Amino acid sequence: MVDLDVEEPNSGLFVKGKLEETNPVYKMVPVWEKDKCTFCGNCQKVCNFNAVIQLHTQVLVFPKLCHSCYACSELCPTDALPMKPEKIGEIKTFHQDNLTFLESCLNIGQEMAVQVIAHTNKILEKDYQGQLIIIDAPPGTSCPVIEAVKDTDFVLLAAEPTPFGLHDLKLAVDTMRKLKKDFAVIINRFGLGNDKIWEYCQRQNIEILAKIPNSRTAAELYSHGKLIYKQIPQVKQEVLKIANKIRQLSGEPK
Amino acid sequence: MRIAFTSQGSTWNDPIDPRFGRAPYLLIYDEETDKLEVIDNTAINQVAHGAGPETARKLFQAKPKVLITGNGPGGNAARVLENANITIYIGAGSLTVEQAYKKYKNNELKNY
Amino acid sequence: MKEIVIISGKGGTGKTSITASLAKVANTEAVAADCDVDAADMHLLLQPDFAYSEDFYSGVIAQIDQEKCIKCGKCKDVCRFKAISIINKQYVVAPLDCEGCGYCAQICPRDAISTPHQNVGNWYISSTRLDMPLVHARLGIGAENSGKLVAKVKNEAKALAKEKNIPFLLVDGSPGIGCPVISSLSGADFVVFVTEPTVSGLHDLQRVYELIAQFKLPAGCIINKADLNIEKTKLIKQFMQQYQIYELDDINYDEKFSEAVTNGYTAAEIDKEYEEKFKNIWKKIKKIVLEKK
Repeated sequence: MVDLDVEEPNSGLFVKGKLEETNPVYKMVPVWEKDKCTFCGNCQKVCNFNAVIQLHTQVLVFPKLCHSCYACSELCPTDALPMKPEKIGEIKTFHQDNLTFLESCLNIGQEMAVQVIAHTNKILEKDYQGQLIIIDAPPGTSCPVIEAVKDTDFVLLAAEPTPFGLHDLKLAVDTMRKLKKDFAVIINRFGLGNDKIWEYCQRQNIEILAKIPNSRTAAELYSHGKLIYKQIPQVKQEVLKIANKIRQLSGEPK
Repeated sequence: MRIAFTSQGSTWNDPIDPRFGRAPYLLIYDEETDKLEVIDNTAINQVAHGAGPETARKLFQAKPKVLITGNGPGGNAARVLENANITIYIGAGSLTVEQAYKKYKNNELKNY
Repeated sequence: MKEIVIISGKGGTGKTSITASLAKVANTEAVAADCDVDAADMHLLLQPDFAYSEDFYSGVIAQIDQEKCIKCGKCKDVCRFKAISIINKQYVVAPLDCEGCGYCAQICPRDAISTPHQNVGNWYISSTRLDMPLVHARLGIGAENSGKLVAKVKNEAKALAKEKNIPFLLVDGSPGIGCPVISSLSGADFVVFVTEPTVSGLHDLQRVYELIAQFKLPAGCIINKADLNIEKTKLIKQFMQQYQIYELDDINYDEKFSEAVTNGYTAAEIDKEYEEKFKNIWKKIKKIVLEKK
């Protein structure tokens, strides 16, 4: 299990286990070496992100704005901006029984979520190939989501049966289709709202895998950081449906 | 002394823009020559990220000693201004440029 | 004109619903601006007519002019984002991978690469089913919300407020702690934080408070679903007191909230009681904002 919602990694509040190791995630940023600098202004000119600013005889680098494109560094005529690693997040590895849990986290104040996700994906490819991997992806339809689902085989879209939920689901479906991903829907807080989400999925021929029933008890359990399926049998029943689908997809017997 | 203002327009009577990075105009009042210079910063609308440091760089070139603005710049811009030795006064968000200057002269603005 | 920005760390706290409810009770006193462009849902409650629409251009993406290209491959070599590949013997840019850094354009010996601004979505000025106008935006897939878009939406909303002599601007702020939320907060007179008493709620409040503190902005807090976890609600209140965040109101867990949203109206329209509740919150906010100089 991997939490790739790196801006707000909350899975760890529900799944813990024993912390095995913590590995830093770096991004490469230019570091100004004053002695080599001729103040030609080229670095500032080539940076498209305003991450390098020259003030007369001083060059300021803003690592948070840097996209690590290397342009300023490699185009510097005197090599005065070598690229060096800066820590932007970390990946924690936990073990709980048979489960390995990776928590990928972006440091507060950093903005480059995609780089942390990409780095985690590389680790998954290298160290966990052939294993079943479940990813908690970030929300929305922008770059972090795309990076998180890029290498996956199947995507589960969780949605609430309200107009907000339906609106956001439609955007998510568009995104998955654009990325040519196979996907299915899980309706959360089922019983709330209306049937529009069900109608939409029927029309669009989208599989609804499970319907997690709505209840105040579930909201309370969540607020305390407790696992809902353990205490509400109807939820457990639905979660098992999802688990079965995953087993089926990964070629395991039911 | 040269004093800078973030402004929504180009005259003494225009309101201060409470924002720093995305302020459309930077006005520089030179107390010695009694001239009000206008730096057109409207092109900042085209900048997606890093508006703060970009505006700060522009301001640096005008060599003011003091900046008068509304809410104060964000972290990146603040670092540029600090390196440029520009003192920042905030809390002029609801005033015109002229009113803000008077308040500054009367020591009624907060140091950032 | 005073600008009030409503934010929350994580989704699902009821921020948009609460913003729309405040919009409902503020009525003709405010212009609404939806800067939560990644999940722009306010229009579902306010039913805007999309009367005025304009394209929005942001960020750049590299484009290779095949006529000028001599296939030297330098662009592909320098690209750190693997956005340039050879397809049918031509160098091509994959738009979803291109970061817009422009390095390839800098290095190209024939000036064959341009970096035009991308049309990433639209922004709108709408009349709504309520008496207040709404300024909002919609982004294409993979396009990222930016400080630029937030600034655009807020600027248009401000201009509208000025033109119609409307005293308040209600901004549904962007999530997270990055560039868009900084742009949402920039220029604000008051920040309303919507949170819930969950394991993540307090954590988010602390994170976002760091930002608010940096801008030295006065802030207030609404705790939604306050009775779900009384312990956590207490902790949030302690935090608020410690950092002089105004306690605006608590809202208890109530499925009428979701019901209202489902039927396309705001929480302030559920019944008289909720209407009064939001009217009082709005009064409190106005009082704080107008007393502050």
